[in-house]
Amino acid sequence: MSVLVYTESFKGKFKKNAFEVVSYAYKVAQDLGTSVTAVTFNAENDAELGTYGVSKVLKIVDDQLATFNAKAYADALAQAAQAEGAKVIVLSTSADSKYLAPILATKLNAGFVPNVVAAPDSTSPFVVKRTAFSNKGFAHTEISSDIKVIGVSNNAFGVVENNTSANVESFSPSLSEGDFAVKSVEVDRVAGKVTIADADIVVSGGRGLKGPENWGMIEELADVLGAATACSKPVSDLGWRPHGEHVGQTGKPVASNLYIAVGISGAIQHLAGVSASKVKVVINNDPEAPFFKAADYGIVGDAFEVVPKLIEKLKEFKAQNA
Amino acid sequence: MKILICISNVPDTTSKINFTEGDTKFDTNGVQFVINPNDEFGLTRAMWFKEKQGATVHVATVGGAQTEPTIRKALAIGADEAIRVNAEPTDGFYVAKQLAEVVKNGGYDLVIAGRESIDYNGGMVPGMLATLLDMNFVNTCIGLEIDGTNVTAMREIDGGKEKLSTSLPLVIGGQKGLVEESDLRIPNMRGIMMARQKALNVVEPVEAAKPTQDQKFDKPAAKGPVKLVDADNVGELVDLLHNEAKVI
Repeated sequence: MSVLVYTESFKGKFKKNAFEVVSYAYKVAQDLGTSVTAVTFNAENDAELGTYGVSKVLKIVDDQLATFNAKAYADALAQAAQAEGAKVIVLSTSADSKYLAPILATKLNAGFVPNVVAAPDSTSPFVVKRTAFSNKGFAHTEISSDIKVIGVSNNAFGVVENNTSANVESFSPSLSEGDFAVKSVEVDRVAGKVTIADADIVVSGGRGLKGPENWGMIEELADVLGAATACSKPVSDLGWRPHGEHVGQTGKPVASNLYIAVGISGAIQHLAGVSASKVKVVINNDPEAPFFKAADYGIVGDAFEVVPKLIEKLKEFKAQNA
Repeated sequence: MKILICISNVPDTTSKINFTEGDTKFDTNGVQFVINPNDEFGLTRAMWFKEKQGATVHVATVGGAQTEPTIRKALAIGADEAIRVNAEPTDGFYVAKQLAEVVKNGGYDLVIAGRESIDYNGGMVPGMLATLLDMNFVNTCIGLEIDGTNVTAMREIDGGKEKLSTSLPLVIGGQKGLVEESDLRIPNMRGIMMARQKALNVVEPVEAAKPTQDQKFDKPAAKGPVKLVDADNVGELVDLLHNEAKVI
């Protein structure tokens, strides 16, 4: 009957979203009068999950699962859900979670609601609030199936400590050859950089930066803040930056705590992809840029003067608050 | 190779989003509907398969008669035939069930749907469809090459990309990268004329569960005006972000 959580890890270490989905699951479990069981894949420090409310860990250690495989992971999670009699399964909105959730939901005959931004409105009937219309609206969606799968939006619920003692048990799902019919050949991941999906802060550059040679200051600003770098669609279309950095409606979605847009006018397609960020800052020399209407803070000015000053001030701030 | 492109009929990105009937329905009044952008990348990729590898391309949508102009546009871009399942697409699982029936009846080798629609953003139909049909599945696909039944696909992951190998039959959750924005096609007059002659078959839905129901909609709280900081006083921004917004 427990609430089951898919906790994501990378090279054995839990991702931040693992703690957030556990925090969410703990809230749901309390509402339902039950406890949280986490499923981990080749993770190192399983007991760490207790800090956020996990009572039981189903620990999977399997070399076949060293690289993410949506169907195999979904199969393993479905078996864990059945073993636990779980009625609610919580996961994140990472690329991997979005890949496996529909497979898992179909296997379990479960209703699936992604992009959930708050604790359930009610648990009987089970109603959750999610974003819709590219963050221009919210839907309150009832899940009426016996088993429910919930995808929690990044940074929406937050990480909450709920000190619990996590009991770790090993779990060996039985996987078939068919689970591996889609094979990973090569993973090309930018090393040593915060990803847009995991970042608390995202620094994004637009056409106002005039050329790829000027990205040094965006990277430096991101560096000072421990932020991920991103760009607008024209910038990726022009080949100034890799496609993977394109944020907006047809690019990656951003739901960071702070989004800093430099030299981005704020086309509606761009705003659709980034408006889930909590605090938005715009730096642009055109006071009429539409982004000023969507932003919380703004500086009208030349990015080439403002950004270096901002980097300097942030360095001073960090030195004082270190 | 027989390809099915699944199309969602969605409000144009610039649409004003409003709700009606006590905030229980999306207000379509004055809204222009288009092919879901994520689907259009897949449709264009399918045109390349058709032109270079001799594929047949059908399009399918689940929706009422009002979606037909959008389907006709897909035919005008070059799809050979269209299927409309005559039902309201209110739940992802229900839509996947309808499309699964279309795929079974049509014997498709490759199905491409968008990674998500830009209206309800569920992103679940491709994965559910693949699972219902026991077909291979690649989501957030940004590159696709097919040789016989062998498939090489590129998937966007958080912080990079992943190369995958698999085989037909296959379902793709597609997005920009399958083709580039500049590769998208605008229907020409000849295409529009020809589309009128092409088959648009309307089929009735099969019985299927709807495990989710949207009860009510609301809009984000109105945002206050932007707080402007003078370009000569950048330190104030750092203060505000630390003390007021508490994000650094």
